[in-house]
Amino acid sequence: MSSAIDPRQLAAGAEPRPNAGPLRRALASPMGAFGLTIVAIIVILALFAGLLAPYDPLKIDVVHKLEGPSAAHWIGTDNLGRDTLSRIFYGARVALGVACVSIGLAMIAGLLLGLVAGYGPRWLDGILVLFFDSMSALPMIMFALAVITVLGPGTGTLILVIALVSIPGYGRLVRAQTLGLKRSDFIVAERSLDAGPARIILVHLLPNVVGPLIILASMDIPVVIMLEAGLSFLGLGVRPPTPSWGSILYDGYNALRSSTTLVIAGGLPLVLATLGFTFLGEALRDGLDPKLQRRGLR
Amino acid sequence: MLRYAIKRIGLGLLILIIVMVGMYAAVFLVPGDPAAVALGPRATPEMKRMLMERMGLDQPLIWQVVNFFRNALTGNLGIDVWSKRPVGTIIAEALPNTLVLGVASIGWSMLLGVPLGCFAVVYRDGWLDRLVGILSVSVIALPSFVVSIYALLLFAVKFNVFPAIGAGQPGNVASQIHALVLPCFAIGLGWVGYLARLVRASMLEVMGEPHIRTARAFGLPEWRVVFRFALRIAIVPTISLVAVGLGGILSSAVFVEVIFARPGIGSLIYNAVTSRNYPIVMGTVLVTTALYVAITITADLLIARLDPRVRDVFRD
Amino acid sequence: MTGPLLSVRGLSVNFRTPQGIVRALGNVSIQAGAGEVVGIVGESGCGKSTLAAAVGNLLPGNAEIAAGEIRFRDRDILRLGSDAQRQLRGREIAMVFQDPMTAFSPVLTIGEQLIEFQHQMTDVDKAEKRRRAEAMLARVGISDAGLRLNGYPHEMSGGMRQRTAIAAALLMSPSLLIADEPTTALDVTLEAQIIYLLRTLRRDYNGAIVVVSHHLGVIAELCDRVYVMYAGEVVESAPVDALFHQARHPYTRALLECDPARLDQPAEFLPTIAGEIPDLTVLPDGCSFAPRCALADDRCRIRPELTSLSEDHAARCHRVSP
Repeated sequence: MSSAIDPRQLAAGAEPRPNAGPLRRALASPMGAFGLTIVAIIVILALFAGLLAPYDPLKIDVVHKLEGPSAAHWIGTDNLGRDTLSRIFYGARVALGVACVSIGLAMIAGLLLGLVAGYGPRWLDGILVLFFDSMSALPMIMFALAVITVLGPGTGTLILVIALVSIPGYGRLVRAQTLGLKRSDFIVAERSLDAGPARIILVHLLPNVVGPLIILASMDIPVVIMLEAGLSFLGLGVRPPTPSWGSILYDGYNALRSSTTLVIAGGLPLVLATLGFTFLGEALRDGLDPKLQRRGLR
Repeated sequence: MLRYAIKRIGLGLLILIIVMVGMYAAVFLVPGDPAAVALGPRATPEMKRMLMERMGLDQPLIWQVVNFFRNALTGNLGIDVWSKRPVGTIIAEALPNTLVLGVASIGWSMLLGVPLGCFAVVYRDGWLDRLVGILSVSVIALPSFVVSIYALLLFAVKFNVFPAIGAGQPGNVASQIHALVLPCFAIGLGWVGYLARLVRASMLEVMGEPHIRTARAFGLPEWRVVFRFALRIAIVPTISLVAVGLGGILSSAVFVEVIFARPGIGSLIYNAVTSRNYPIVMGTVLVTTALYVAITITADLLIARLDPRVRDVFRD
Repeated sequence: MTGPLLSVRGLSVNFRTPQGIVRALGNVSIQAGAGEVVGIVGESGCGKSTLAAAVGNLLPGNAEIAAGEIRFRDRDILRLGSDAQRQLRGREIAMVFQDPMTAFSPVLTIGEQLIEFQHQMTDVDKAEKRRRAEAMLARVGISDAGLRLNGYPHEMSGGMRQRTAIAAALLMSPSLLIADEPTTALDVTLEAQIIYLLRTLRRDYNGAIVVVSHHLGVIAELCDRVYVMYAGEVVESAPVDALFHQARHPYTRALLECDPARLDQPAEFLPTIAGEIPDLTVLPDGCSFAPRCALADDRCRIRPELTSLSEDHAARCHRVSP
């Protein structure tokens, strides 16, 4: 979905408006408020999982396996008798952690490659654009599965895969921004004053590129959370016993016929997280981009 | 038109070669020995050597790639390590299942999503428009594997109205369609929202164009303006985005085929990855990437057919 | 029928924009009788196209009619239901738009569109509609009309497309034809051809035609009566001869002086009207033309009323008297 939104438009529309901050306007909508609430809860869970979780998420208690909700285990236990609520809390940490690290890596690599493509020699630009195109020509899941086959499953591979599939998006964005700026009058003027490439990149390009990059990253978060959970669900992501929302759902799927509590509980955080992040992103975009808003009025 | 098609196909082939070279290079460069990982810690060196040989991993990198493509050109994608059957045959058996699944999913979601997007435009800013808007965003966000599992839980386990596993009995079309319902629902649900949104956005763009004003000036009813005049144009950008999004269908197919235990490309590559079956992985990646590239090219040519202006540009 | 075919009375239209409310039309009244060609002339942004859109019932969504009525055949069309309004369009009121390049759908053939535009003729079958379209294309001077019906708009030249647009408008024999800048997007040769076509057509057309243009030449060639608009108001109305020879309002005079076709000798600089049209979000209290008027004095701080100068000549200026 993120591909349908052009972050450059966002940046262009982000001029300060006198009446209300875009953030406040975005959050005034019910959808935005709902999204922000969910996202805030997930962030708090991830940060303070250790304090909030009632049990050790790894503590096995086979006697009480696959129990339904009770006073001791609010949303029951899994196939090894581990407390599902605690595992979901720690799962938030894994989901956000993987998302932040992999998106961070993709942003840095995309920034460097995009700058090189936009600012460097033509032949290098050609090669990098071909690389971006090849990456997008490959169905994402096929690429992920192929890399996992080679490297073996694990959190490290997972982060690498997610970073790799995200790089072209960031690289293209930075390249487009760089090319646009390179032709702009003030960069031409700077160059005629003998400013070196380092100065131009650091002083002019970077500040202009960072905003759109961050917006793109925020839109990527729900996609990445989904990818992490999906691969962990297939047993190709985060390795057990580390709790991931995907692997909790998988345990629930396996125990479907004996207990439905675990499978319902395993899916809910994913549903809420993706809805929350998406609604928040939508509301922010509507608030930030007067152009899109006007289109909605018509 | 022909020159354009040849150029696009050439670029597609180049991308295929880059992808496969990248795959082989990765296998070759990765530390540790794939045979050892595949066979487990108790494998003897002799067993490992034989497995490497069977997977063709004992030769120099460049030869592996050249051989792969030389064989692929003659339709030979290698031999499966474990079942000893040709990879091409295995893929050819699995592919139709996935194609049926993908086409059926896209089909029902287009039948529902495109009209929904149009209705949202006819009644824009009304309650229907808002409802379609919120529902679209919600279903787009939902991961297909969660939808699959909840659908499975509700309709197969709880109410027992649809089969939980398999693709139906061979030869029995009714049972195959019956088994197709839940997987199609899971894959297509997000697409309904995606299409409704795309059609709505691109339709609103088109509705501002002067020729729509002309149609209105002749007193055509709003639904006729929307469906006859605006949709033909608004559908064009939608088609190219759908083609790009088909890669996503394949991702959903992997999950849905694993969850519903359906035979197909998705479950094939999943099993190959978990057992590190290189020939199958390589063959599947090649076939799916080729398919994907072919679909995007077809979509571009289809757009050229739909828009007479583009058609004439290519004719020159 | 008692009154004229079309009679707009005291029409005010506002646009809601992010910058605030823009008054596009303020208290505008015009009339057009059957068999009459009425011109509306003014600079860009004077509200003449808004007036045309209002009469054609095609105002954009952010426009609101603040006051006034548009009487067509003695019925206020603003008070009709949306279905009744829609049925007037095309059948009774037809429009020709400024830009022939974008006026037709690029993905449907000319024939498909011309058949579609006869949608309101429910008693006629498709083959007959096609025959009518072909005959009308031939009548506006398009050769190979039958072949053209199978072609797409982008295969036609600009002049041919504007001919087609006029043919489309006449298909339903409407009693009111509104031509919004019908020649503005065309070059001089084509402009002359289209004016010639419209003149020929008006001979055997007995409905009313409203021609909107910023081009005085077009108005002079085609119209019987002219309304001059400035900043959303009618500032002068007169028969075409009176307007061109005895213009009374300072704005009309300035407009006439700026027409290069009327210069008797080569000029170093083309004459212009100093200043710009006012910001329609903040209108001056007095005469809206006063800030640019060479003759403005203290009286002009008060808004002038439209003063009748003769039976069919009126001007909105303090300096005029009958």
